[in-house]
Amino acid sequence: MNVPDITSTNAMNLAEKRSAADLRRRQAAQKLSFGLFWLGALVVILIMLVVVGYVFITGFKSINLQFLTTPPKGGLSGEGGISTTVITTLYLVGLILAISAPLGIGAAVFLIEYQGQTQSGGKFIRSLLQVVNFGVETLAGIPSIIFGLFGYALFVSTLKFGFSLLSAALAGACLVLPTIIRTTQEALLTVPVSLREGSLALGATRWQTISKVVLPAAIPGIITGIMLSVGRIISETAVFYVTLGGSYRLPKNLFSGGRTLSLHLFYLAMDTNAFEKAMGTGAVLIVSIILINLIIDLISRKLSAGVRLHQ
Amino acid sequence: MQTKLKVDKAVKAILLVSASFSILIVISIFVFIFRSSLPAFKEFGIQGLLGELTWRPANGMYGILAMVVGSVMVTLMALVLGVPLAIAAAIFLAEIAPRGVQAVVRPAVQLLAGIPSVVYGLFGMVVLVPLVRRIPVTGNSGYGLLSAAIVLAVMILPTITSISEDAIRAVPRSYKEASLALGATHLQTIFQVLLPAAKSGIGAALILGIGRALGETMAMIMVIGNSVILPAPLDNNPLTVFLSQARTLTGNIAVEINYASGLHASALFATGVVLFVLIMLVNVSARAIIHRGNPSAG
Amino acid sequence: MKKLLIALVLIASLLLAACGASEAGETLSITGSTTVQPLAEKLAEGFMSQNQDVQIDVQGGGSSVGVKAAGEGTSDIGMASRDTKEEELNQFPNLQVHVIARDGIAVVVHPENPVNDLTLDQIRDIFSGKIVNWSEVGGPDAAITVVAREEGSGTRDAFMELVMGKDALIMDNAILQSSNGAIRTVVSTTPNAIAFLSFGYLDESTKALSISGAAATEENAANGIYPVVRPLNLLTNGAPEGIVKAFLDYVFSAEGQATVRAEGYIPVK
Repeated sequence: MNVPDITSTNAMNLAEKRSAADLRRRQAAQKLSFGLFWLGALVVILIMLVVVGYVFITGFKSINLQFLTTPPKGGLSGEGGISTTVITTLYLVGLILAISAPLGIGAAVFLIEYQGQTQSGGKFIRSLLQVVNFGVETLAGIPSIIFGLFGYALFVSTLKFGFSLLSAALAGACLVLPTIIRTTQEALLTVPVSLREGSLALGATRWQTISKVVLPAAIPGIITGIMLSVGRIISETAVFYVTLGGSYRLPKNLFSGGRTLSLHLFYLAMDTNAFEKAMGTGAVLIVSIILINLIIDLISRKLSAGVRLHQ
Repeated sequence: MQTKLKVDKAVKAILLVSASFSILIVISIFVFIFRSSLPAFKEFGIQGLLGELTWRPANGMYGILAMVVGSVMVTLMALVLGVPLAIAAAIFLAEIAPRGVQAVVRPAVQLLAGIPSVVYGLFGMVVLVPLVRRIPVTGNSGYGLLSAAIVLAVMILPTITSISEDAIRAVPRSYKEASLALGATHLQTIFQVLLPAAKSGIGAALILGIGRALGETMAMIMVIGNSVILPAPLDNNPLTVFLSQARTLTGNIAVEINYASGLHASALFATGVVLFVLIMLVNVSARAIIHRGNPSAG
Repeated sequence: MKKLLIALVLIASLLLAACGASEAGETLSITGSTTVQPLAEKLAEGFMSQNQDVQIDVQGGGSSVGVKAAGEGTSDIGMASRDTKEEELNQFPNLQVHVIARDGIAVVVHPENPVNDLTLDQIRDIFSGKIVNWSEVGGPDAAITVVAREEGSGTRDAFMELVMGKDALIMDNAILQSSNGAIRTVVSTTPNAIAFLSFGYLDESTKALSISGAAATEENAANGIYPVVRPLNLLTNGAPEGIVKAFLDYVFSAEGQATVRAEGYIPVK
């Protein structure tokens, strides 16, 4: 009677031992792999440090107040500072946002807020929504040089705006439009439906609801989208390379050419021997990107704090 | 009330117009680039542009096959180099890293994403190219596929990492808890539960990475050498193909558009059409694959 | 939302105001060849220091863009580093060509390369890929890295015409760069490289070779000893008038031509 019991206990012991060994093996595998993951993260940080560090260390020497406040000069020699390119960059950021922000926010509002209203608009609106969504998706995937080519063909050549702020701003607006639409869409989606229903129930029209209730609640998300676009514009080169001309003087009007910071970096690196100045310009660019990231971070932290309060 | 409703209608119309702009832009981009490329397509046909290797505008030869191969090769190499690291970093951020470490790694990834491509190009030119040139192979100039692929791998890493991380985080907690309760280790849970569940999101990340790689311009023209040749091994060792110079579709446009006129310019627009179509193909086919693998995924 | 809109409108109007404020003076736009660009930039600076209310925008783009911009009137003046082609003159019959300087094209190598002199035939064979090792022309045993400008470049066209001749082509394996500056950067950082470069871009970062004993200097180019020389042109649509004429007059003045010489080009007056 006892015999089978003993064997079964033995078997259990064995199984236990085996599973213990198995567990140990699995845990060892896990330790090893997690070590690799840590290593991977370390490599990522190292890459960042090497790139940023190299640019900062080699560029640091050329950065001083004079570098920041004097215009470039001397053509090829790469003399002078970067002041006009900073201002041109700001001009372009302002122009592009003035074009793309109203368009993008309007488009996102339409896509989100009028989605449920398709019955009243009928088939037309429904298919339009689909087509627009497809359009935004496609735009987001188009590489920047294609926007440049488009800007060159339409604005520079066909419409004869020439290499100018206007051509570059219009092409740049197409480039950031999907970013603004996407982030605004996301921001609108986080606004609770109950808010809209409450407002509508109180007798507000749809536009009143959107402008007084929904959009204010979505502002932080929208600003995040705009800051992302600012970052994109500052770091973009390809589009402006073929639409902006590259003159380093301050643009006089919308039809003057110009040179943004990143374009200046490209010209310094490729056309002059002023490597240190190129790196200095790179450092300025990286610092502004860091600042933009910080702002976005701040907004999203505020945003999540707000959400927690709501809950 | 009446006026309010009128305002409502007007606003709706305005919003409708602004929404239509995005599709309008897509259409006009396509129309303009396609229209400008027509003379080249008419003159040489699709075969003459896409089937020919020789690009010699001065002699009326406009084959862009070598550039297609260059773009595809450098993209694939960048994926091979960048994807494992990017996904490892994503898993690390989503599953393994303690909060404090996350707070260091995530901004680092964000910063990598924000660095302008010219900065990467410059870094590649002055740091990577001289390093690659040390590989002792005859004819190795340092400028070429390898340098370009390394630069590109770093550039696509943040995109793939952050979207993959989001995808892994989006997997319902219950999946993970159930797996752990069944006795699986954390590692097994990651590879056998979380990653399969997040595969459509990771797929989307890869597509975006491929799109970014195919579309990158300035950094590429700074490090790839821009020679219009089919990449070929430099000596008997087939691996030296990676040291070969090449030209990407994007580079072809950026390097020559300012100097081109007539048919030459038209052929550059044709290059743009090919790039456009290539990227659309990647997007559409990859989306189809993802949807088939995971029908529930949006 | 309203605040955002107001802010945007404010930014836009500020921008326009800022743009409009400086509208007072006259503007002159010059577009085209990257070879002529740095010289034009210097000349523009000189001209602007005498005429404070004039702003001159100098943009790159390339010789073909320069011809087109002048012909179509998108720019006041075009720059070209090559002769105007027949088809271009047919397209824009009013185009006037002003030769403002002459420029030698130097054959350059890395400063540490021991080779100092090549014949035109050797140069042709190197660029066409017949000679592939520096030891074949008296240098070290190292493969030659050929660097060249892209198709359409004025410097490349001139080099093809003056050196390569009708039949020889630049080898496919050549590294191609889209500006003189980029060429200089690549050659100065690549030990076994060879390239052709406008005289204006010569400095200590690359070494210019002599061609069959003729050193790459302005004097040799001016009196015809150095064989590879081409004109640098400014183009106007019709006869220059007003501010365009004033600028061209300055270019051909003693001061303007002194700038030409100082920048390493050959004056025409």
